[in-house]
Amino acid sequence: MNVLSKFGSFVTGTARMAFVGGNRYYYAWLGVLALCIVQAVFAFSHQFQNGLIVTNMRDSVSWGYYIGNFTFLVGVAAAAVLLVVPAYVYDWKPIKEVALFGELLAVCSIVMCLLFVLVDMGRPDRFWHIVPFLGRMNLPGAIMAWDAVVLNIYLAVNLVVASYLVYCGYHGIHYNKKFVWPLVIFSIPMAISIHTVTAFLYNGMASRPYWNSAILAPRFIASAFCSGPALLLILFQILRKVSAFEIKDEAIHKVAELMAYAMGFNLFLFGAEVFKEYYSNTHHLVHYEYLFAGLHGEPSPIALYAWMSLAFAVISFFLFLIPRTRRNIVTMNIGCVLIYASVYIEKGIALIIPGFTPDQLGQVYEYVPSATELRVAAGVFGIGFLLFTLMVKVSVAILFERPRAEGAH
Amino acid sequence: MRELPTLPLPAPAPPAEGYSRREALVMGLFALAAAATATGCSAADKLAYEEFVQKHFKDLSPEELKDRLASMEKRYTEQFGKEVKVSATPPMPGVLFGYALDLSRCIGCRRCVYGCVEENNQSRDPQTHWITVLEMDKEEGVNLQNANAFYDHETVPAPGKFYMPVACQHCENPPCVKVCPVQATWKEPDGIVVIDYDWCIGCRNCIAACPYGARRFNWGKPSIPKDELNPNTEYLGNRPRQRGVVEKCSFCLQRVRKGLYPKCVEVCPVGARKFGNLLDPESEIRYIIENKRVYILKEELNTQPKFFYYYGL
Repeated sequence: MNVLSKFGSFVTGTARMAFVGGNRYYYAWLGVLALCIVQAVFAFSHQFQNGLIVTNMRDSVSWGYYIGNFTFLVGVAAAAVLLVVPAYVYDWKPIKEVALFGELLAVCSIVMCLLFVLVDMGRPDRFWHIVPFLGRMNLPGAIMAWDAVVLNIYLAVNLVVASYLVYCGYHGIHYNKKFVWPLVIFSIPMAISIHTVTAFLYNGMASRPYWNSAILAPRFIASAFCSGPALLLILFQILRKVSAFEIKDEAIHKVAELMAYAMGFNLFLFGAEVFKEYYSNTHHLVHYEYLFAGLHGEPSPIALYAWMSLAFAVISFFLFLIPRTRRNIVTMNIGCVLIYASVYIEKGIALIIPGFTPDQLGQVYEYVPSATELRVAAGVFGIGFLLFTLMVKVSVAILFERPRAEGAH
Repeated sequence: MRELPTLPLPAPAPPAEGYSRREALVMGLFALAAAATATGCSAADKLAYEEFVQKHFKDLSPEELKDRLASMEKRYTEQFGKEVKVSATPPMPGVLFGYALDLSRCIGCRRCVYGCVEENNQSRDPQTHWITVLEMDKEEGVNLQNANAFYDHETVPAPGKFYMPVACQHCENPPCVKVCPVQATWKEPDGIVVIDYDWCIGCRNCIAACPYGARRFNWGKPSIPKDELNPNTEYLGNRPRQRGVVEKCSFCLQRVRKGLYPKCVEVCPVGARKFGNLLDPESEIRYIIENKRVYILKEELNTQPKFFYYYGL
């Protein structure tokens, strides 16, 4: 078989694996995702025709729910390294088989990130202005241009590694370590850099004192290292139940332990930030006041979420820190959900909105996402989850369900 | 008609583009459009295509720029039912524009805001203002956290209050220019920070980065009643805007590059607004900076505004 026909059979074979042979829950799940996507197409076409005025963003709060989701998902993508490092660098067997799923999650997260950026643009038809060589990128000055570069490189690296591993598995050949190894090593600093560059996007603006803090990037990394694995741990347990997917408890406990350290560090950095703002008590404190209480005697609509996020973070930290609750499947899953919710609120609401409220001239605009924003976001998540579901279905079938050929990965 | 005061500037403004040439171009374009229609391609399709593939302002050759200006004039003229001029007046050598505003004179009447809207073709619905007038307590001094941009007294000034109009400060070190991922905004040699509306992707990073809240986004489709359009427009200034792009004060570059004062200076009833060439030691703006108590908004951010607040009384 020549390379071309091998590739052709890989494409048709995996497509069949993705859509054929699922149980009814699988197809119901695909149906739900398809519905999410279809309704979002209507919501987005409404936005495309009428402009971003159908969102609740305005000049005062000029980024909102879309960019919050973008920021959160960059973290999820970056967190794939938490599986990749022990698997490949330390050659730790229990995780090695599942590291691929971290890479697939990274791919889907970046796709969702790019979609969230696209739906947030005032002129999505001009996306090519930020494409290297085609447009006119503002390098090295603009962090957003850097972000576009690193996100796309990270997407390419993960896509190449993941599809190559699946390809080798499909044909029952052992992967070429000389090809995979450098890419995997390269993906580690890339993962750190995507979230660092995204943090710098906010961090570099002196006009927004809420973001203009040197520990913003470390905070991003710390919170990402909790939220990404939280998603994967739940997923691994579901897959273990419903498919031939295998993962040892040992690996799950190890990831949970790493998450406890990341959450501890996250809380410490948050404390350092809060101390600096409240103890120095300058005008810049207004953004934290808006986050946790309210301004000018008016309660803040986001304070409830801020406190919830903090409470979830503290509770989940202890659940993961104490070995007994970490190893108990119920408390660990509660911890995963709490971490996921905590970081999602932190990145989606508590990072963006107080950064803009009050605005540069002290005016308060209360931003709450519009129905269109929620609907479009549901569609973007639908596309990402659909992509992830199909890729996981194929990977599980290849790695765990097929009788493996001699020497296969 | 009242004689308008003119700016003392070193070099005379470049002569307006020759009419005969533009006429020839318009005719050529018309012929082209006709030919295109004959081949089944509608003018609207062609326009959409043109808009999609168009270049950045700075990448246009002189001929391409002329074509684009002519094509815009044709489009706006059709759209608004009156002859609209679109120029690309270059900056003058030896000029660096600066602005000064007397905080002790401003009464918060907001005539500048509405004069600006008319002059610069801001959208009426949804309403866009390039100037924000903040009302603050005299007792507290400049405290933005206690500022009110939405005051609605019967008369101004309100007792115990003072007013601070804020618009683009045309920074020497502009954060908006630094963060724009596609170079859709830049600083011209005469200090004016401009935007190419045809290149802006609407990411709104500049809005996030601007410490002065000066940038405005076209959240909806901008609208101007036909009879209210100011037909003397500039490519990088007051030509009709489009949805999904950012805009802001341009120091009325369609006026100042031709030796006129900005509209807000002209309409201010109390003479609180001053404008001139910072490189001319004899200019009024230099006199103010050298002799009055000057206040720079958010001076600590090192944006180095070319907009100086001062206390004249």
